[in-house]
Amino acid sequence: MFRAFLIKYAEIGLKGNNRYIFENALRDRIAGVLNPLGTYNVRKEQGRVFVECPENYDYEETVEALQRVFGISSICPVVVIDDSDWDALTKGVGDYVDTMYPDKNITFKVMAKRADKNYPLTSPEICREMGAYLLKRFPELKVDVHQPELRLTVEVRTRVYVYSTDIPGPGGMPVGTNGKAMLLLSGGIDSPVAGYMIAKRGVSMAAVYFHAPPYTSERAKQKVVDLAKGISKYTGRMKLFVVNFTDIQLYIYDKCPHNELTIIMRRYMMRIAEKLAEEENCLGLVTGESIGQVASQTMHSLASTNEVCSMPVYRPLVAFDKKDIVDIAKNIDTYETSILPYEDCCTIFVAKHPVTKPNLKTIRNSERRLEEGIDDMVDMALKTVEIINID
Amino acid sequence: MEVYLDNSATTKVTDAVRDLMIKVLYEDYGNPSSMHMMGVIAERYLKESAQQIADCLKVDPKEIIFTSSGTEANNLALIGAAKAYHRRGRHIITTRIEHPSVHQPLLDLEENDYELDFIPVDNSGRIIKDKLYASIKADTILVSIMYVNNEIGAVQDIEEIAREIKSIKNDIIFHVDGIQAFGKYRIYPKRMGIDLLSISGHKIHGPKGSGALYVNDSIRIKPILFGGGHQRGLRSGTENVPAIAGLGQAAVELYKDFEPKIQRMYELKQSFIREVSKLEGVIINGLPKETTEDFEMDHIKMTAPHIISVSFKGVRSEVLLHALEERGVYVSAGSACSSHHPQPSKALIAIDIPKDLIDSTLRFSLSEMTTRKDLDYAIEQLRDILPKLRRYTRR
Repeated sequence: MFRAFLIKYAEIGLKGNNRYIFENALRDRIAGVLNPLGTYNVRKEQGRVFVECPENYDYEETVEALQRVFGISSICPVVVIDDSDWDALTKGVGDYVDTMYPDKNITFKVMAKRADKNYPLTSPEICREMGAYLLKRFPELKVDVHQPELRLTVEVRTRVYVYSTDIPGPGGMPVGTNGKAMLLLSGGIDSPVAGYMIAKRGVSMAAVYFHAPPYTSERAKQKVVDLAKGISKYTGRMKLFVVNFTDIQLYIYDKCPHNELTIIMRRYMMRIAEKLAEEENCLGLVTGESIGQVASQTMHSLASTNEVCSMPVYRPLVAFDKKDIVDIAKNIDTYETSILPYEDCCTIFVAKHPVTKPNLKTIRNSERRLEEGIDDMVDMALKTVEIINID
Repeated sequence: MEVYLDNSATTKVTDAVRDLMIKVLYEDYGNPSSMHMMGVIAERYLKESAQQIADCLKVDPKEIIFTSSGTEANNLALIGAAKAYHRRGRHIITTRIEHPSVHQPLLDLEENDYELDFIPVDNSGRIIKDKLYASIKADTILVSIMYVNNEIGAVQDIEEIAREIKSIKNDIIFHVDGIQAFGKYRIYPKRMGIDLLSISGHKIHGPKGSGALYVNDSIRIKPILFGGGHQRGLRSGTENVPAIAGLGQAAVELYKDFEPKIQRMYELKQSFIREVSKLEGVIINGLPKETTEDFEMDHIKMTAPHIISVSFKGVRSEVLLHALEERGVYVSAGSACSSHHPQPSKALIAIDIPKDLIDSTLRFSLSEMTTRKDLDYAIEQLRDILPKLRRYTRR
């Protein structure tokens, strides 16, 4: 029955002169997710985005794809009626009500919007006349203008759009309207969720993964690629940078106190991520850190990893409990991949008792022992970085 | 250089197998059940393959049922026999070192009121026969024992075991998982007293998706797949003609010049063991306890010709595996066959190797395609990698 969707957006409406940028981005993202599904017509029309579907489209699949587009607050499946004459319109609306609501013992209200100001009836007149028609055709219907069970909207444009249901969208803002950030993607549960949350605010994503062969396997890397693909369902295409981190890690192992290994390693990850981020014109780093979750994420540890970069570091999960992060991961379909049991480079040499309250001065002192070789190693890591394009 | 030493996980198909399969896929692609000529031609491949395998086993081709895998052959044998003979009894005996494709269907039978006994093994992986014989009861219907263990290469005295269990109770059905043994030993079920024998194609340079079960014609089994009644109703489903043809072809090639090939493999195994044991902190698993430091051939020959299980003290097997992989050497950690979930290996636990070595054990598995140069290269890489890995460990 539905051949089109009316897309409602929330926050975009607040933007002043920039509004068209947001609307265009939204339209483009919608077109992007629907493109693989068929030939849809996506267009802006007077403060709305309309999606017209091809014949034989799959309703469920289309709604699911739209629910991955940030910026959409709700998706209304609409019936489109050609505006030939009033009788045809009322009959069309009546048929819609008849099919959608087989049980007529409900309360209803007609709401009219008139974009076409030349239309012979005003909005209140449309409501009144349409309500009267429906009451006459379906005598069990009752009017309730305050809390109706059925809110029937009739929008008169070049054609007439009828709808009565709102399917919630993900909210947020269209990806690409808010700059770009570099996500530190580990293969765990948290970092994909962090990337998802920042992307939801309209931020484009690139990601970096630290690979430590032979300590981490080809499958661990594949897992990260799969996670990046999972995130890209929301963000669109992104670049994944794979940094070979083995030499740096072993060098730290050789030179620094073992219980500081993880914290120093993370400081180098941040440094490398920031360099890559600068090259990619990113405006910030994103991590999945959450206060106190592990030794390297205590307030002290975060202060220590934070001090090595000047770029803002966004940590959207910083105050989340693990359970809440898991819930989102399940929701966005990254959880099953994240829990595959491959070791990542943060755990391979982890000390039995790593420092939980690293002292900044001590850590800086330990790092001085790396002076001789570390810069070359970082340069080499940057030079040999592998770039995987995730579509 | 690429050195593939994971032949117990799977093997490369031979050129002849590949060519034959392509011919079946592109030219003789008929359904063997079709009444027209295309069907007749396809059916000929099935008959020929059954004959080829039957010849290797010295059995009747009617006693061969084709399956999709060794796993399916094991399932069909165990569930099929247990169901067919449930009135005779509900007691089944097996070992502690079976492959999951034997172990799991048996556990499923246990849930359906069959009773299981697991026979332990000694430190070299050979079952303690007295315990087996003592555990036979009046209602024992089935004994299932693997010929060659897939993780450590331990070999059982199948013929002697068959003779003994049948002298205790002559109607016991004896199933042998021969998946790692077929092509490495001459297996004659009738002479040896094997009633059900499972084999797999892709372990013998045949294709994946092929397997077979020998069922002695005096034994009844019930099907586990139901449908159009293919293969005398015992295994419904259109036969995978290219894979079946490939399986037969692989079997024929395997048993050509058989003894010299196996002798050569044993010599490679012996020299690999001698070389690898010269490295520091190395333990060879699954050898008979009387083996000396000289690794004499008599002792090596008590194990399978193609499987070598080695523990490397203080090195995590997964890391060593990936380090070898970086240099083009492909091996398995413990048993890679079931899945890539890190789970403790059943056979290694059963032979009671020290706990800290279980996670430090690799399996090197050879095939007739393996060369001395391959093994020399692998040893060279190990010699180089081991000290490096031992320097960096969890503390």
